[in-house]
Amino acid sequence: MKIRRIRAVTRKEWKQIIRDTRSLMLSLGIPMLLIVLFSWALKLDVSNIKTLVLDRDKTSTSRAYIERFAHIEYFSIIGYTDKYSEIIGCIDAGEVKAAIVIPKGFGADLKAGRGAEVQLIADGTDPLTAQVLVGYVSAITAVFSQEYILQALSRAGVTVGKTPLDAQVRVWFNPELESKNFIIPGLIAVIMMVIAGLLTSLTIAREWERGTMEQLISTPVKVSELLIGKLIPYVELGLIDFVLALLVGTLIFGVPLKGSILLLFVMTIVFLVGAMSLGLLISIVAKKQVLASQMAILITFLPAFIMSGFVFPISNMPLVLKAITYLVSARYFVTILKGIFLKGVGVSILWAEGILLLVFTGVILMAALRIFKKEL
Amino acid sequence: MNEHAIQTKGLVKRYEAVCAVDGLDLTVQRGEVFGLIGPDGAGKTTTMRMLAGVLRPDGGQALVLGSDVIGNPEQVKEKIGYMSQRFGLYEDLTVAENIDFYADLYLVGRKEREARFKRLMEFSRLGPFLGRLAGKLSGGMKQKLGLACALIHTPDLLLLDEPTNGVDPVSRREFWKILYDLLAEGVTIFISTPYMDEADRCHRVGIMEKGKLLISDTPEGIRKGMKTRIIEIKCANPKKAVALLQKMEGVADVVFFGDKIHISVRSQKPDESSIRKFLEKQDTEPRSVRAITPSLEDVFFELSDRP
Repeated sequence: MKIRRIRAVTRKEWKQIIRDTRSLMLSLGIPMLLIVLFSWALKLDVSNIKTLVLDRDKTSTSRAYIERFAHIEYFSIIGYTDKYSEIIGCIDAGEVKAAIVIPKGFGADLKAGRGAEVQLIADGTDPLTAQVLVGYVSAITAVFSQEYILQALSRAGVTVGKTPLDAQVRVWFNPELESKNFIIPGLIAVIMMVIAGLLTSLTIAREWERGTMEQLISTPVKVSELLIGKLIPYVELGLIDFVLALLVGTLIFGVPLKGSILLLFVMTIVFLVGAMSLGLLISIVAKKQVLASQMAILITFLPAFIMSGFVFPISNMPLVLKAITYLVSARYFVTILKGIFLKGVGVSILWAEGILLLVFTGVILMAALRIFKKEL
Repeated sequence: MNEHAIQTKGLVKRYEAVCAVDGLDLTVQRGEVFGLIGPDGAGKTTTMRMLAGVLRPDGGQALVLGSDVIGNPEQVKEKIGYMSQRFGLYEDLTVAENIDFYADLYLVGRKEREARFKRLMEFSRLGPFLGRLAGKLSGGMKQKLGLACALIHTPDLLLLDEPTNGVDPVSRREFWKILYDLLAEGVTIFISTPYMDEADRCHRVGIMEKGKLLISDTPEGIRKGMKTRIIEIKCANPKKAVALLQKMEGVADVVFFGDKIHISVRSQKPDESSIRKFLEKQDTEPRSVRAITPSLEDVFFELSDRP
């Protein structure tokens, strides 16, 4: 291998990348666009659920119960009604996501110790919201009824100092359960895969299509020099994207970066070399730009998106899919990024993922070097 | 020491059912211009690619500058300069960037490169266009740039696949002048062309058709060995004469050449006087009937056994 030839190929690729303004803008713009889209638009957090209240009881007890919902951020009571039909209309129109119905005699039943019921109506077309909603309402109702019992007991002369059993919940690493905190680190892995699919999958196919490859393979340049020379500028471009994503993620969206920045970059470079090699491999096999870009979406982008554990937890997948995720390098990178960003863990925890990433990168790079032939 | 620049024996390349090159035996001496001529689809490009080591043959042997291009295609690449039929340089790089890129790939040393670059600029006259993108050059300029890139490492053998195809006559003449300059420097040139008239510029020619070499000799040698005689006829009523000549016994082909008629005769009979008599009898008033030197195109038609 001659450094001079590798440098010549790298220089040539960089010139071509820079002169192809549209692709350059895409490769720098798409990551930014994805981060903004995913962090703002795709909010998995449930808050300010629009709620309608139908209070048929209208006693101090029923008002006290409703009061519980008024002061927490998850609910936003947008109105009161007297007619059940209005609830149906509002849910149908999508104006509210939930409604709470308090029957007549609610306060009297409670006082008499007969037990009372409330009805929660939730819009199930948005299952995630509905599920969270049910949880919140059940919890609020449980606390309310517990307190009611305690009051009754104390009136009867029984003193219970404290709630007998109280679960103290602490969510580690992402205490506010903010979805952006776990989306952005995973998203960076997906973005790197998109860049690899977008750019490197075209680089070899383009040379075949334009006829420049025939001239290139008539020179003494070695396969390794050519492929490494082509890999370097794209890895560099990927790193620029990574730094941009990192800055936007931490500075604008305030995602915590608790672990070592050095480890983060080492792992990113390993992942990028593997991802870009996969793009090259696709390009070598496809030989046509259209086919190469379609294959890239199928082989790099979709698995990184769906099977990396970025959005959909791997533990919930069927066994066959779960097995396939081991072949998706983004899976390891997502774990590594979440680990470094949110948990601040180091090599002692992430070594297994690191090694698997290294193996993946090595195997793909070797395959690309093997499969590329300096022949028409 | 192998004295031949190129030597092939029974070279074969198949594409599914089609045999693009079918048992080619070819010899090119060092220091000559060898022209491979033949129509489109004759197998010229396939031959060229195999010799350049960019296409793997299905059978046979090929020695280029003494090394085996089938067993070890990489060995010879430093010593040859190849120019593919299609423009193979980067249109989004400038003239200078293309040349520099190839100089780096061939590991041309700094000093050698400067001297070579100067020399290449002299003959190609690309100097004023160094900063222009290759895609913005004219056809003739592109070919010169291709040649410059193929020459940056001072190869011993140049393989040029139809370099003058689609190039205007002035540029074509300039291109050939450059080739003769290179020849004087001792470079062997193997060139393919669909233009038969270019063959006369070569030392030796090989005529190819359907993957086979029909003949390989000097242009004069080929003409001498030809059985066909070409007779040029001028007459007052050429349309009628053509119709008559087509039916005349012993005449293989009749074509218009401007206001003249060329006929190919594949034996001693009919000779000029019998043709003149034949035409006089039919009232076509022949003014001159004479044998002319056959062109290589005529040779091709005789050899390929076409009408």
